[in-house]
Order: sequence, then structure tokens, then C-alpha cells
Amino acid sequence: MSDERPAITRDEVAHLANLARLAVSEEELDLFAGQLEVILGSVARIGEVAAADIAPTSHAVRLENVLRPDEVVASLPREAVLAAAPSVEDDRFRVPRILGEEE
Amino acid sequence: MANLIELSAVETAAAVASGQASAVEVAQAHLDRIAAVDGDVKAFLHVDTEGALSAARAVDEAKADGQPLGPLAGVPLAMKDVVVTKGIPTTSGSKILQGWIPPYDATVTRLVKQAGIVMLGKTNMDEFAMGSSTENSAYHPTHNPWDLSRVPGGSSGGSSAAVAAFQAPLSIGTDTGGSIRQPAAVTGIVGHKPTYGAVSRYGLIAFSSSLDQAGPFGRTVADTALLFDVLHGHDPLDSTSIPNVRLAAAAAAAEGAAGDLRGVRVGIVSELTGANGGYQQGVLDRFREAVDTLAGLGAEIVDLSCPHFDYALAAYYLIAPSECSSNLARFDSVRYGLRVGDDGQRSLEEVMSLTREAGFGAEVKRRIMIGTYALSSGYYEAYYGQAQKVRTLISRDFAAAFEQADVLVSPTSPFVAFGIGERVDDPMAMYVNDLCTLPASLAGTPAISVPCGLSSETGPALPVGLQIMAPALADERCFRVGAAFEAAYNAANGPIFKAIPSLGDAR
Repeated sequence: MSDERPAITRDEVAHLANLARLAVSEEELDLFAGQLEVILGSVARIGEVAAADIAPTSHAVRLENVLRPDEVVASLPREAVLAAAPSVEDDRFRVPRILGEEE
Repeated sequence: MANLIELSAVETAAAVASGQASAVEVAQAHLDRIAAVDGDVKAFLHVDTEGALSAARAVDEAKADGQPLGPLAGVPLAMKDVVVTKGIPTTSGSKILQGWIPPYDATVTRLVKQAGIVMLGKTNMDEFAMGSSTENSAYHPTHNPWDLSRVPGGSSGGSSAAVAAFQAPLSIGTDTGGSIRQPAAVTGIVGHKPTYGAVSRYGLIAFSSSLDQAGPFGRTVADTALLFDVLHGHDPLDSTSIPNVRLAAAAAAAEGAAGDLRGVRVGIVSELTGANGGYQQGVLDRFREAVDTLAGLGAEIVDLSCPHFDYALAAYYLIAPSECSSNLARFDSVRYGLRVGDDGQRSLEEVMSLTREAGFGAEVKRRIMIGTYALSSGYYEAYYGQAQKVRTLISRDFAAAFEQADVLVSPTSPFVAFGIGERVDDPMAMYVNDLCTLPASLAGTPAISVPCGLSSETGPALPVGLQIMAPALADERCFRVGAAFEAAYNAANGPIFKAIPSLGDAR
């Protein structure tokens, strides 16, 4: 089994952490590389199951589109929503800059 | 009145309705109990003293006005911190939501309030419900009241410990892969995971949306059934809520308590009986005795096999992390929660990464990264896609098994409560706690855990749970068979929850 394990390198953890927006530390790269490899090695046996012609299940109950009447209903008051925000300016969420210097 | 904290929910409601005790007296008795023992148990993240007393006063006033009271009016309840409560701090056990005061109530919260149930506070949990021991809470571990050096299970460990320690007769948990059933088993109480879609998910902080389901804890099957009856029903605010669900769990529990299981076929799933090792002998012994008890009540015992259950662990630990990596993307440091490193220079992306690094614990980070990996291009089909197909095969195994049996039984967890710190360094050693509970989670079918004895295999006498699984929307069968077993067990041995060692002088 162990030779089938996907090898998870420090670089791969760094890539995954970047995709997931996690500024992980150097120590975490080492810790997670080992742990993710063990976990992925354990779940890799999912591939043993012959399931080529099996339909996937995304939800336990069959989902149907649900429509509600197209009526205007009250939403939360602005103050109640902004009260929880980490930073507010002019009755809006204040967001750090989204573009780089050169953009 | 005798000691109010020792009453069942049914007895408490009767005492309030008849005037033997006021709802305020009941609430105060439980708040006093929390003050006396929660320094040791640490079941709560937030105790809402004023809110509880005010809700209790409202029940007493309604009674004085001659208004009809619901079947659980005046009964105290502990709420898992994953459930959103308006005006009351809600963290989901995470630092990233420390100090968040929600502007709305979850549907579950609304139903509890409407029923006149008195919410005492919010209970501890593994961060974002990821874990089986409550050690992944960002705040503190919760201690098992049976042995304070051990875990109360998880992720709903605060809710299970609170009920076992007589801090509340009822509590609410959520179950994604076993997070109601396993904590119930290891603390000697009853916990039910409803059919997926029976209880609204509106206002539950999402972990794995296709699996998450809220449900009740109690010390007796009858109490747990009454709370389930309050919680379930269609909710237009949850698009996966099943229309027209109206089940009668309390009636099913009352029928079961009469102790007649003639004509009921009970299936034993060979894959969940520890044939390949990994289960404690004490757990297997109590399970075999429980099966004998069911047979003694007239049930027909059927041996059967669900071959794909062996792959439930792998499927779950791909599907749940995949969904969590998507759900937890909402913690972006913009609309609520923590923001770290916003110095006016750093970009949103940098601030987001620093915030999530500081706000999430190790298990949450691991699962987000596993999910990110499983969903990434090139791996998607081999991991997430294959896991979804295995989910189909597990549902087919259930369907075939329910042709031969009305309910399926297994141990709830392969182990009794383990020591705090014993498994934290090995994620896979933690994950195998869920071995028996994962199939019903993946299939969306209901399952209950009922105490079935004590095992001294690892030291002190500790509770073992019996899991009873039923087909989708047949939750009533869980309560009927569970109540029948409980009545027979109690007649022979007395209730397990009464065997708990005393915590200090308070009880």
C-alpha cells in the first residue's frame, strides 16, 4: 500500500495552502506534508472499488429545484449586518486593496 | 420537589405544567449545577444566565395566564455552538468567529424558543465540527464526566457532556459523520442523527452540506424523541429540507417501551462487527449482549453483509473535506469574523491568507488542504468523483439490507472514551472513531445511539453505545427499537446515566 501513496512534498503543501489561502508556517509545511501523505494514502483505497458504470451521489436526498413565490421580503437591517464586520467605512464593508501596484 | 436536575425532560415538563416547580426554579437549578461542575467538565463556551431566566419567566407567565404549554415547555437545553443564535455569541469552536454575535436565529433555535424550551447556553465542540473528541476546539477541551481525564467524544462533546453531567436534560448536536452518535455513546446518553433533510440546516454553520444534520441528545429515549418531534419538519429556508415530513417519534418510543419486538427483523452488518480487528473486546461483548436482549424481546435476528461499508471511511474523508474546503471559503475576513494583517498596504489576498492561518486550527487546515487536493484538476475523478460513486454503492447496500431487516444494529463506536491527548497527534487514529457511524451519514439515513452497558477494559467502567439504523424517513423505528431495548436494559440493570460517578458535592 505504501508504495501506492501519493508523495506529498513540502512544495505541494505550499501550493495547496496557497490555493486555500492559508499562510502556513515553515514548521507547518513539514508537519502537514507527512500528515497529508498518510491521510491521502489511507483514502486512496477508494480506487479499489470497481465503480466505472456507477452513477455518483452528490446528495442523499434527490434534489429538485425549489421555487418560492417571487415576493419582496425584508432582509436584515444594514446596521445589524455591518455590526459583525471587521472593518466598515461609509456604511459599507471596507476591503483591503484588491489590485497589485503594477495592475 | 426532589432534585430538579435529576428529572428527565418528560418529568420536568410535567412538573412545570402541574405547578410542582416553576420554570424559573428549574432553570436556576441547572444554572447552579453548571456553576458547580462546569469548571471541571468545561461543556460550555457561553452560559446565557439572563436569557435562560427570562425564557423561563415567559413560560411561567404563560402558564399563569392559562395558555396551553407545549410538551417541553420549561425544560432546559444546551445548544451546540455551531447553531446560530441571535444576540448570543456563536463561534463554531473557532477563533475565526471569536466574538461574533449573529444577527439572526437558526431554524432549530427558533423552534426551540417557540416550544418554550429554555436555552441555557452554547456548548463546546471540535472546531467547525471536525473531530471526534472536542479536543479540536480552539478554546479548551471538554472533559468526560465519567472520567475527567478522558474525552466526551465529538464533535458535539460539549452537548453530550452537559447532558451526562446533569447540567441540562436535553441538548442539540450536529452529526456529519457521527458527531451526535459517538459522543452519546461514550458519555452514556441517547443521541439521534435524523434522516438527512428532516431537520432544517438553516443557520447551522456549514461543514459538509450534503452530510450535516442537527439532532437531539437526552438521557432517555423518550426525552430524545420529544425533542426530535420539536426539531423536525419542512423549512422553506433550507433547499434540501424534505417537504411534508411529520413523524411521531415520541409515540414510537412509547410503543417501544412496552417491550414487544415480535415481528421486527434486526440485521447485524458483518462489516461492523470487528471481524478484522480494531474494536475493543468490551464493546463487542456489550454489543452481543444487546443483540441477545433484542432477541429476548421477540425480534428476529438476521445476519447480513454490506460489502461497501468497508470503503465508507475513505469516501467520507474525501467528501467531507472537499465540501468543507468550499464552505469555509466564506471566512474571507470581509463580512464577519477575524481580520489579521490589514495594515493598509497588504492586498486582500494577503490579509485573507494571514487571517485564515491565524484563525483556523490544525485539523481545519488539514481538511481544507485535503479537500483542495481532492477537488483539483487531475485528481478530481480519482478522488472526489470515485467517492461519490462509492456513496451510491453504500446506499445500494443499505437498500438491499433493508429488504431483509427493518433495522440494522452495530456498536456506535469501536472504542469507549479515550484519554485526552491520546490520539491528537495521529489524524487517522482519530478518524477510525467514526467507522460505524459513517455509512448512515453517507446514505442520509437515520440512526440512534442508545447506551448498552459499561466496559472496564481500559480502566474505569465506561459507557458503550448500541447504534440502531433505519431507512430514510423511518426515524420512528430507531426510537421504537431504542426504547424497547432501553426498557429491557433498565429493568435488568437500572439506567446507565445513573451509574456516573459523582462530580463534587453538587449532585
